[in-house]
Amino acid sequence: MAAVATCGTGAGSTGSIAAAASKNNVTSFQRKGPRASGTDSGCSRLVSIAGTRPSVRNGQLLVSTGLPALDQLLGGGLAVGTVLLIEEDKYNIYSSLVFKYFLAEGIINGHTLLVASAKEDPADILQELPAPLLDDNCKKDFDEDVCNDKTPDSNIKMKIAWRYQLLPKMESGPVSSSRFGHYYDASKRMPQELIEASKWHGFFFPEKLSSTLNIESCSLTHGYRKLLQFIQNVIYEEGFDGSSPQKKQKNILRIGIQSLGSPLWGDDICCTENCDNSHSLTKFLYVLRGLLRTSLSACIITMPTHLIQNKAVIARVTNLSDTVVGLESFIGSERETNPLYKDYHGLIHIRQIPRLNNLIYDVSDVKDLAFKLKRKLFTIEHFAWSHCSGGAFQVIAIITRVTGLPVCNRTSPPTFQPPSHLTHGTQVLHLAATAFASRLVRHSEPLKQTGSGRILQAAGPRLWHDGRRQEAPGLLAIPP
Amino acid sequence: MFPELNNLLNTTPDRAEQGKLTLLCDAKTDGSFLVHHFLSFYLKANCKVCFVALIQSFSHYNIVGQKLVNIVELRGAVPSTWVTQGVSLTAARECGQLVFLEGLKSSVDVFFRAQAAPHPLQFLREADAGNLQPLYEFVREALKPVGDGQAAWRCPVLLVDDLSVLLSLGLGAVAVLDFVHYCRVAVCWERKGNIVALVHDSGDAEDEENDILLNGLSHQSHLILRAEGLATGFCRDVHGQLRVLWRTPSQPAAQRDRSLTYQYKIQDKSVSFFAKGMSPAVL
Repeated sequence: MAAVATCGTGAGSTGSIAAAASKNNVTSFQRKGPRASGTDSGCSRLVSIAGTRPSVRNGQLLVSTGLPALDQLLGGGLAVGTVLLIEEDKYNIYSSLVFKYFLAEGIINGHTLLVASAKEDPADILQELPAPLLDDNCKKDFDEDVCNDKTPDSNIKMKIAWRYQLLPKMESGPVSSSRFGHYYDASKRMPQELIEASKWHGFFFPEKLSSTLNIESCSLTHGYRKLLQFIQNVIYEEGFDGSSPQKKQKNILRIGIQSLGSPLWGDDICCTENCDNSHSLTKFLYVLRGLLRTSLSACIITMPTHLIQNKAVIARVTNLSDTVVGLESFIGSERETNPLYKDYHGLIHIRQIPRLNNLIYDVSDVKDLAFKLKRKLFTIEHFAWSHCSGGAFQVIAIITRVTGLPVCNRTSPPTFQPPSHLTHGTQVLHLAATAFASRLVRHSEPLKQTGSGRILQAAGPRLWHDGRRQEAPGLLAIPP
Repeated sequence: MFPELNNLLNTTPDRAEQGKLTLLCDAKTDGSFLVHHFLSFYLKANCKVCFVALIQSFSHYNIVGQKLVNIVELRGAVPSTWVTQGVSLTAARECGQLVFLEGLKSSVDVFFRAQAAPHPLQFLREADAGNLQPLYEFVREALKPVGDGQAAWRCPVLLVDDLSVLLSLGLGAVAVLDFVHYCRVAVCWERKGNIVALVHDSGDAEDEENDILLNGLSHQSHLILRAEGLATGFCRDVHGQLRVLWRTPSQPAAQRDRSLTYQYKIQDKSVSFFAKGMSPAVL
């Protein structure tokens, strides 16, 4: 492949940089290679592995999660050697989809897969992977999807709400054909020949119940012990931990564990509040992370945290994972019929992003994120009130303009911040509405002029002209 | 280390105090920048450091340590010159100044292969709640003074990152408090060294074991640095608030413990501190 050849020469030159850097130990620039167990010379060469790229911030090797929108929110991708924990939504619809995107990305990039589940046979999971969208024949279909949704006035340069024009747009289309991050069609299946050409290992817990163990009993449950043993065997035998250095072509191992912590794994952490073996899950995560840090692998775990009744365990599990993303779908909740949320299928919460090799990390400024699943795209967007109708929200928009403080976006200067316990903006809207109502009462005395009052008087007649409200143009046009 | 934090705490590497237990705790935010500060502070102060790193790998601390900008005045040069240098953990480990226990890597060894000698993380193999005696023996062995004419380090320092993860691994809060007590006797009292430990504050997650551990350590420590997230939520320019509390555990609380509060922003190579509400983004 041509890409590998050019990267080979690149690796040679970076190898010399790394060698020079290692001699002079106090240099602050160090090109970080993958987190294999070698700080020795064998692994300090940055060998280019298919489907990975170094992070722009600290040179950390990243793999794609299968969702380019999620990659962007996580700072470019998932770091090799870390755990991505997905907190499942209530009916495990979208979290299993994210799980499949991760595995499908591994197949497209030629990575080795390890799929572990207590519910479904891994072979069946692999049959249900979504089909990849290749750049040439998908562009046409994608363009027509986008045109259906685009509002006609979204390209108008905003005159009043110019602050919103400066908001970063979320990437929602296929990137130019780089080999990092692909798009998938959720309605089609991955072609059989691609699945058969890939290398994968499956761990189906009901099949492994009877075989013997060679770890003496510690406080882990039977299922977790077997799974750890299986993962360690695969890593050791296939040389992902650098134990067989004569392997020329390094590869990434993608581990996917479905519904960890559910009763099907033999763990009762989701059933009772005070369970006997409450350390089983956390110990498993710790040893798993130890295995990942010393090998070229990345792991996705979905966990039904909405079933765990002991909040302390959720906090501990979050501390023991590197990246934590929570999915909250609207199915079955009262938000499903709420017109505010009609374009979206759920909310996505980025709960934790790791700081790896760095004091700082790439955190998105936008905290209100919602996802929607169209046939071909799983998009994540800034959740904005652009589709609200009704006078109340226009009133709020006026206040936004007057006071200059964005109401929905939390990155306002520290002088005004909405209280952190409000999870979404409706209560903030309520407060702002009452503030405006009280201002309306004072408006009847034209002689009393304060700074803000003056602006209100200028806006007032135009808005309440002839007792009718007029549309404030361009105020609520949030960029798509 | 962060020079601004040294100014706040009124210390420099030359005048580091001895025999102190410093507690770092974080609530709703990540307080690991404090660990990086104290690690490079004590390495610069020429102390022998035993670092029990249970959360991240060696290369993580190494890379961050090399990034931390430290401005040192070169004496004797006219005009006096300022040189920036980070601290290299690999060099410190090779010359014996740093003893590093990498928890993640050792846990894999301990868990999958039976060890002949008791390993510091032996409790990972035990079914019942164990104790931390092997870890204590490891620490004591690492910080014992060498008497064969090598470069004498100033005072031994034990740094633990972090203690809350020991609770997740099956140990009870009492076992961890016992471990800290034994280490205090061996390090702070016998050898006049320091201990720095990080504990997470779970806040409203109702983690009783963690609260017991945190309260127990708060009563024993001389200096508490508490990094909290802002009560009003996420802010791009102010990452959190740091509360510094000086205590004297041996004396009764007749005199008021001195406490200060600052807000901070973490940057790529250092952390800047400022008084509450005086962030440069606001002024």
